[in-house]
Amino acid sequence: MMNEVEQDRQQVIKVEHLTKRFGHFTAVDNISFEVYKGEIFGFLGANGAGKTTAMKMLCGLSKPTSGKGSVAGYNIEKESESVKANIGYMSQKFSLYEDLKVWENFRLFGGIYGVNDKEIGPRTDEMLAQLGFEKEKNSLVSSLPLGWKQKLAFSVAIFHEPKIVFLDEPTGGVDPVTRRQFWELIYKASDRGITVFVTTHYMDEAEYCNRVSIMVDGRIDALDSPRNLKSIYNAANMNEVFIHLAGGSNRKAD
Amino acid sequence: MYSVTADNLEISYGTVKALRGVSFQVSRGEMFGLIGPDGAGKTSLFRILTTLLLADAGSATVDGFDVVKDYKEIRGRVGYMPGKFSLYQDLSVEENLEFFATLFNTTIKENYHLIKDIYRHIEPFKTRKAGALSGGMKQKLALSCALIHKPSVLFLDEPTTGVDPVSRKEFWEMLKRLKQQNITIIVSTPYMDEAIICDRIALINEGKFMQIETPQNIISAFGKKLFAVTGDNMSRLLNDVREMDIVSSAFAFGDEHHVTLRNPMLDHTDIEAGLLEKGCSNIFVKEINAGIEDCYMALSQ
Repeated sequence: MMNEVEQDRQQVIKVEHLTKRFGHFTAVDNISFEVYKGEIFGFLGANGAGKTTAMKMLCGLSKPTSGKGSVAGYNIEKESESVKANIGYMSQKFSLYEDLKVWENFRLFGGIYGVNDKEIGPRTDEMLAQLGFEKEKNSLVSSLPLGWKQKLAFSVAIFHEPKIVFLDEPTGGVDPVTRRQFWELIYKASDRGITVFVTTHYMDEAEYCNRVSIMVDGRIDALDSPRNLKSIYNAANMNEVFIHLAGGSNRKAD
Repeated sequence: MYSVTADNLEISYGTVKALRGVSFQVSRGEMFGLIGPDGAGKTSLFRILTTLLLADAGSATVDGFDVVKDYKEIRGRVGYMPGKFSLYQDLSVEENLEFFATLFNTTIKENYHLIKDIYRHIEPFKTRKAGALSGGMKQKLALSCALIHKPSVLFLDEPTTGVDPVSRKEFWEMLKRLKQQNITIIVSTPYMDEAIICDRIALINEGKFMQIETPQNIISAFGKKLFAVTGDNMSRLLNDVREMDIVSSAFAFGDEHHVTLRNPMLDHTDIEAGLLEKGCSNIFVKEINAGIEDCYMALSQ
């Protein structure tokens, strides 16, 4: 039997020397890191530091120029379709189909990700019950407030029980109360063993992560627990750590 | 004369009441913050004040002009940065700026001094298409375009959403400089560290202003002892704190949890004792001063 510590350290993302160039521009510059099962991993960086490009490669949507990586046990270059089937994805920009009803979104995404037809109905009810949204099952998504949409979108993203869920600025523009409710959902998913890979510009949210990386000009310039980073950079909070590291960026335009 | 006034503004969309009688006044050169959850009515208010939407009831003035009767006058005097990026994505940085300058019968040269501090960050990339800029750069361009006709009132709807902490800091430094030039700024934001920079803030929820105050007065009205709690396994600790009968509220705040108690006679030793009983380890509790976000959380309960 695998002991708890070993299981905790099971790698679900492993990236070595990952690089992406567009012409002469190196968007992602030789990054290497691992993420472990059940971990909440904060992927931080300034606008244009290369986060989105790196995430696209991890999700199998873009091929690396060089270097390699595996996500959920699959090679991101050669087995990108298997990567896609084993991850969940949610962004602030696109989350749900506004002109479908709540249950129809679950039905659609469940179907796309190959969830058994007979399971989709009961699982939808179960997830809505957990959120306390049973009454909104037949509502059009467009009629819901943003905070609700974000929570629903997260539930849709983990509906097929992916090993990893990628969250791209899931709480952008969301007020402090709703942001905290959202993070409680993240904690619950992580407690169930789902690895959470999340980007955010809210530095209090960075504190909630087990570990965070900070990208500057395509490189990962720091990677550690928030506690260790604050101690290394002698900072009172993650905002100071971020400004210390990203304030010196040369890549101002992107 | 007030720069902006609103008197009992109301608006509904179908059966949804977006604004339920909102009244306030903003002075010339004041920085006025609108804080509230999505759907609280902030954007409706911006659209009414910028003459893009007609209120069902109530009245409002900008620069002394009525938002209904004198809408043309107002449009020449205000700058508006909507929450959604609304510049022309397939025009270059410079073309966008020129376009807005021309619309308002002015030139980039004439008001360059106003936008200089902001625009110089993006000027090296003036031939790049606006759609290809990063979040922080887009917001700087949008602010430049909203300023190029030298407005007397600036309306900014969540200007820093999606913007990283470094650019966010720069953006607010720029707003402070604009304020010094006596431009009135009405800004909405989900960031409480930005709210505290405003002269006054309005907490808005479900179409109503719950409070209009200076940040300092909102904080001093918190009225309860507040404690910061840390320990091993913060996620479990939050649940454990909430299960305690003596606890009134508990929220995650970065690397600590902020806790209030039901009974003002109790203090940090009572929290510590309760948590030790639950088997929590490395507990540290101290009394702290409330911040603006603590007040927001308390008012939203």
